[in-house]
Amino acid sequence: MTTPLLSLQGLTKAYPGVVANDQVSFDIGEGEVHALLGENGAGKSTLVKMIYGLVKPDSGIMQLRGQPFAPPEPRAARADGIAMVFQHFSLFDALNVAENIALGMENPPSMGDLASRIRDVSETYGLPLDPYRTVGDLSAGERQRVEIIRCLLQDPKLLIMDEPTSVLTPQEVDILFETLNKLRSEGTSILYISHKLEEIRTLCDHATILRLGKNVGECIPAETSARDMAEMMVGATLQTPERAGREFGEVALDVSGLSVPSPSEFGTALKNVHLTVRKGEVLGIGGVAGNGQDELLGVLSGEIQTPADAIRFNGQPIGKLGPTARRRLGVLTAPEERLGHAAAPDMSLVENALLTGSVREGLESNGFLKWADTRSFAEKIISAFDVRTPGPENAARSLSGGNLQKFVIGREVLQNPDVLVVNQPTWGVDAAAAASIRQAILDLAAKGSAVICISQDLDELMEISDSFAALNEGRLSAPRPTTGLTVDEIGLMMGGAHGMEVAHV
Amino acid sequence: MIVLEKRPQPSKAWSYATPLVAVLATMVFGGILFAILGKNPIEAIGTIFWEPLFGEFAFYYRPQLLVKGAPLVLIAIGLSLGFRAGIWNIGAEGQYIMGAIFGAGAGLAFYPLEAWYIFPVMVIAGAFGGWLWAIIPAFLKVRFGTNEILVSLMLVYVAEQMLASVSLGLLKNPEGFGFPGSRNLQQYDSAHNAELIAGSGMHWGVVTALIAVIFAYVLLNRHMLGFHIRLTGEAPRAAKFAGVNPARLILFCLGLSGALAGLAGMFEVSGPSGVVSIDFNVGYGFTAIIVAFLGRLHPVGILLAGGLMALTYIGGEIAQSQLGLPAAAIQVFQGMLLFFLLAFDLLTNYRIRAAHSEVA
Repeated sequence: MTTPLLSLQGLTKAYPGVVANDQVSFDIGEGEVHALLGENGAGKSTLVKMIYGLVKPDSGIMQLRGQPFAPPEPRAARADGIAMVFQHFSLFDALNVAENIALGMENPPSMGDLASRIRDVSETYGLPLDPYRTVGDLSAGERQRVEIIRCLLQDPKLLIMDEPTSVLTPQEVDILFETLNKLRSEGTSILYISHKLEEIRTLCDHATILRLGKNVGECIPAETSARDMAEMMVGATLQTPERAGREFGEVALDVSGLSVPSPSEFGTALKNVHLTVRKGEVLGIGGVAGNGQDELLGVLSGEIQTPADAIRFNGQPIGKLGPTARRRLGVLTAPEERLGHAAAPDMSLVENALLTGSVREGLESNGFLKWADTRSFAEKIISAFDVRTPGPENAARSLSGGNLQKFVIGREVLQNPDVLVVNQPTWGVDAAAAASIRQAILDLAAKGSAVICISQDLDELMEISDSFAALNEGRLSAPRPTTGLTVDEIGLMMGGAHGMEVAHV
Repeated sequence: MIVLEKRPQPSKAWSYATPLVAVLATMVFGGILFAILGKNPIEAIGTIFWEPLFGEFAFYYRPQLLVKGAPLVLIAIGLSLGFRAGIWNIGAEGQYIMGAIFGAGAGLAFYPLEAWYIFPVMVIAGAFGGWLWAIIPAFLKVRFGTNEILVSLMLVYVAEQMLASVSLGLLKNPEGFGFPGSRNLQQYDSAHNAELIAGSGMHWGVVTALIAVIFAYVLLNRHMLGFHIRLTGEAPRAAKFAGVNPARLILFCLGLSGALAGLAGMFEVSGPSGVVSIDFNVGYGFTAIIVAFLGRLHPVGILLAGGLMALTYIGGEIAQSQLGLPAAAIQVFQGMLLFFLLAFDLLTNYRIRAAHSEVA
């Protein structure tokens, strides 16, 4: 029995009101790809932050190659050979790749040396990257390469990757896995955090499953079914959303030849977008984040104005109408960003119910607000969508992500929209809440509403949508029926590997 | 070590308590300041807070509270609506001056005619003058994206130059023996904003200020426009999603705050001051910013804060004359009030906790 690379024993970390990690123990062997699996809020992030020196455990010990290991700060962890690729990139858009990498180094070498080292590492590991390109122009997959190369330059013994594939197309995922396999063959250990089970089954040697901060089991992913792992993760049997009929009516929303510049500097312009959704149909729009999803939602909600004819609702041009006028007609939307966009964080749920509900629920007369009616609308959302909160007077920010998302989706669904557009409806939401949100979307479609679901979760889109299209650099592929689509075809619709070369290793 | 911890939602209790704590802290540190200046701190604080209300000459000072408080409240109410929406009108002083010039100008245009309609015309002209001066930064912001803080502030100095100009030219009293300044509106019955009850200090400006408080309260709590104002301040992106037109909101908030500041200037020039003169403005427009924040941008809070601020003004003057405190010390004292208010405001959203050293 060899000494494991990193051994965690009884790690516990409590925050006020919640125990994030409770007596978590497991070992990561040399050259092992170890999966850390769990739902949002299961304590995965806290655990890796302790390994990376960002958070100190309340109790428990860590051992690195048999030696006590307690990094007081990330710098110490890096010195001991721990590197981490975060889910959210910390890169400056306006600087180039080499400059970004130099910023994270203790003693950066000269730009020329650094650039050639970046080229060396990127070629060795099949991650082609030009050190002099501006980060703002890179795709998400390429930005992730910057982060990975930044880590590899430290020659790490343990590479921690937090949900690395959430921003990648299937083809880009393949390239990443090639790289990770090469690292493993060289003896680097990888701690791989994800909730995507199929990936873990392909890549990882060993998996530790966390639920509510506790280690609830370990398994060899290749020998365990995805469903079994999911049920270990959730701690209950999962319900698959179902829908009644799939009868489509007339075209409800028709977008044709829509091109708009992005309102923000590093945003994505929409280019010649065509789409139609029929009554009762769910159109799934996939694509990697930052390819125009926010802009598409803004265009459909009325926050971004377009030529009147570019968007038609039941044949009527609505491109020039603002959000309120569109709501009156029956076109409702739920943006991705819950706090600050879909809801005002410091306002109560009652006030947030008013935010989009005023027109269709008749919550005002001559501009004067009907607080009693608004309150009962908020209570209706809370009870119909099982939003966990002490009461409607609580501020939106006091709710957990999943609960607030249920509130936001519920607010729109209960207004009986003719067209509902949702962006990332289950992002950061636990599995049970996600299932209930998907069910609500399907029920709405079954009642005859047209639904557009923008999401990066391909499994989700395959599960609920009737037809599928993908956004890639602001262009929307032609929608195709979901049944019979293969992962490869979907990947190509998403733009393949975004101009990235496949690793030759 | 002390750690700040964000509360899951703002504390109601602290949002009411912070103004009181701030006033107490101001008394303590103001007292220390006065002690360093060699004055008896208790006597000084007592003079400022007690003398105007319950002292020997309170019969004279109490009406003065209304006279000083009314313009502060009127201006602060207007400012608070914009501040709530993140629209920063810093130039109320200039709008106040323009309201006075327009109001007085409209009245003096009729001189010596006596008619019932002259005063209402002056009211409208005063509001228009203030509105006009505030709509300039609003328009520039909406059209060209300029910063309303800078533009509205700069316009204060333009307004001061205009004031000097009309005092020496257009509105100069022809029978004033060449001295700068307009005719005294107190001596022109149709244009005089006289006390409604003699000796009470109650004039039309006080009535208007009270109406403005009620109006703002209803607007913010019962009306869609008020909801949109609050929403824009709390989450601009959510406001846009809710269908708020930011340009319209900017024009409304700046326009209304300008009009109210203009009204305050007009009531002042036609009443307590009487004369358009070079030194007509005494900083109400700037002090009102403190009043607005001291009142937590809440209409009722502003009413109370306006009263408190008027008290420190009058009490400060008494302290100057009776105890020989320098005017600058009184201003520092007033500044402390805003400083402590903003500092203690932190407790509404955060709680302070002593962190135990963490086990490695």
